[in-house]
Amino acid sequence: MNDFFDAVDFIFSERESPAGGARVGGLAKMWELTWEHLQLSGISIAVACAIAIPLGLWLGHTGRGGFLAINASNVGRAVPSLALIAFFVAYIGVGFTNLTLALVLLAIPPILTNTYTGVRQVDRDTVDSARGMGMTGSQVVRRVELPLALPLIFGGIRISAVNVVATATIAPLAGVVTLGDPIINVNTYGDEGRLAAALVVALLAVATELALGAVQRAVTPRGLKLEGGGRWRRLAFAMPHNRREAPT
Amino acid sequence: MRRHRWLMLLALLVAAFAVAGCGDDDDDDDSGNGAADTSSEQPSSQIQKNDKNASTKLTIGSKNFTEQKVLGEIYAQALTAAGYDVSKELNLGDEQTALKALEGGDISAYPEYTGTALLSFFGFTADKLPNDETEAYNEAKAGFGEKNLTALPPTPFVSSNEVAVTKETADKLGLSKISDLKGKSQDLTLYGSPECRQRLDCKLGLEQVYGLKFKKFVPVDIALRHEVLKKGQADVSIVFTTDPQNKREGFVLLEDDKGMFPPYNSTLVVRDDVIEKAGPDFAKTVELVNEDLTDEVMQELNARVDIDKSTPEDVAGQYLEETGLISG
Repeated sequence: MNDFFDAVDFIFSERESPAGGARVGGLAKMWELTWEHLQLSGISIAVACAIAIPLGLWLGHTGRGGFLAINASNVGRAVPSLALIAFFVAYIGVGFTNLTLALVLLAIPPILTNTYTGVRQVDRDTVDSARGMGMTGSQVVRRVELPLALPLIFGGIRISAVNVVATATIAPLAGVVTLGDPIINVNTYGDEGRLAAALVVALLAVATELALGAVQRAVTPRGLKLEGGGRWRRLAFAMPHNRREAPT
Repeated sequence: MRRHRWLMLLALLVAAFAVAGCGDDDDDDDSGNGAADTSSEQPSSQIQKNDKNASTKLTIGSKNFTEQKVLGEIYAQALTAAGYDVSKELNLGDEQTALKALEGGDISAYPEYTGTALLSFFGFTADKLPNDETEAYNEAKAGFGEKNLTALPPTPFVSSNEVAVTKETADKLGLSKISDLKGKSQDLTLYGSPECRQRLDCKLGLEQVYGLKFKKFVPVDIALRHEVLKKGQADVSIVFTTDPQNKREGFVLLEDDKGMFPPYNSTLVVRDDVIEKAGPDFAKTVELVNEDLTDEVMQELNARVDIDKSTPEDVAGQYLEETGLISG
């Protein structure tokens, strides 16, 4: 437990580096690392969304490339993130832009797969009635398919975001000083610095998950939520055998 | 049909990754000028086999990187030649793990660098490290002594940090020592290990001791220290003295004219009880082995492993034969 308190203390108070000559720890320095970490992760996820969501919507809408969309995720998961970054660093170079690119590649598969699946699972009858009402293809996507797919899309973004926040920890090996720095350099930060940074990364990952979860609930169309119904009611409603027994 | 096309695309993608991955291995393989002569010096004497030593069991350890494994192999094979019953434990991780194994008696000895020992074991900060090789060894020896360990006299080679530039940069800017960088460094990018940023025997020292300010410092994985110079991403990179790439890539190592980098000679650290039991042949053998381990020789031995892809075991054998310590 002592180690834990030392680590918390490291976050709040600056001290001399164990190797000498440098000041480490303290809120200002930790924030610097955290901010760099957030920038790198945030930009990577934003770019990944900008690529994967339109692509997934299009593939899902047209029903093309299902094989690609579904398997992108599996392949993406099969390539370890460490290997992906090592590959990028060795062949394309180090620095913020290259690292962002690598993280974007890491973030795309879950978002793409979930977007595609989200669009495909929209009830065909709903799409047909939308068409019957005279909606154009793009209207169907924007007004029917996208809103109904949103919960699943956000599920994908959450997976990617947590993954990217965790992986950004190895960025100091490729030219960007993130919260991984104290984890990698135990000689200059000490054990308490390493644990402190690990704690902050874990907190960031949890915070990301919670924040995106909140956004997901906020953007879920009212029709999917059941007005006035709580989370449990929604769950019950989703289960077919309960539906029959539900009071009218 | 469509399905098949996607399958093929996917297969191609996977293949591309696989090929690219393999490419990494022979990336810096220009082994044309391979075998520098390690046998330039005449052997002072051969290692003598003493049958009395056969009853002494020894376990030689090493940390987990090339130079250490080569050193571990060399000591193990030399001590075997002297008649000892030697086993090996050559992949012990970092220095903390190795020291624990040594103190716990799992191994009898392992090679450690004087600078590393002072920094990691004996609480020296980088600015307090002695710059003199002998002094550093004496300090380390005293520290180990308190732990009932003996640090045998060190190797001639020093595996320290070095400031490296390409031949072109050196010629263009007229660089031969680190202080030549003064007035030029603000236009140059410095690459080093992530740790370098906050270390006195690295970037901090260059700033404080030499008064250099670089345009930018970029932390990279230590394995990329030559790559970034070769590719032109880095103007200046921090490398190690015994890196074989320095010679093969024609990098210029700038002279540390203000003596900022602490000495990192390698010393074989042995348990006191082992030294006592093993008798005088032990220290004598180690001394014979160390004699020819100069910067150039160590660089060459590392090169044979890292670049020519020999095993540390073979390379250690070659060293002992080429120096005439054992007859081939």
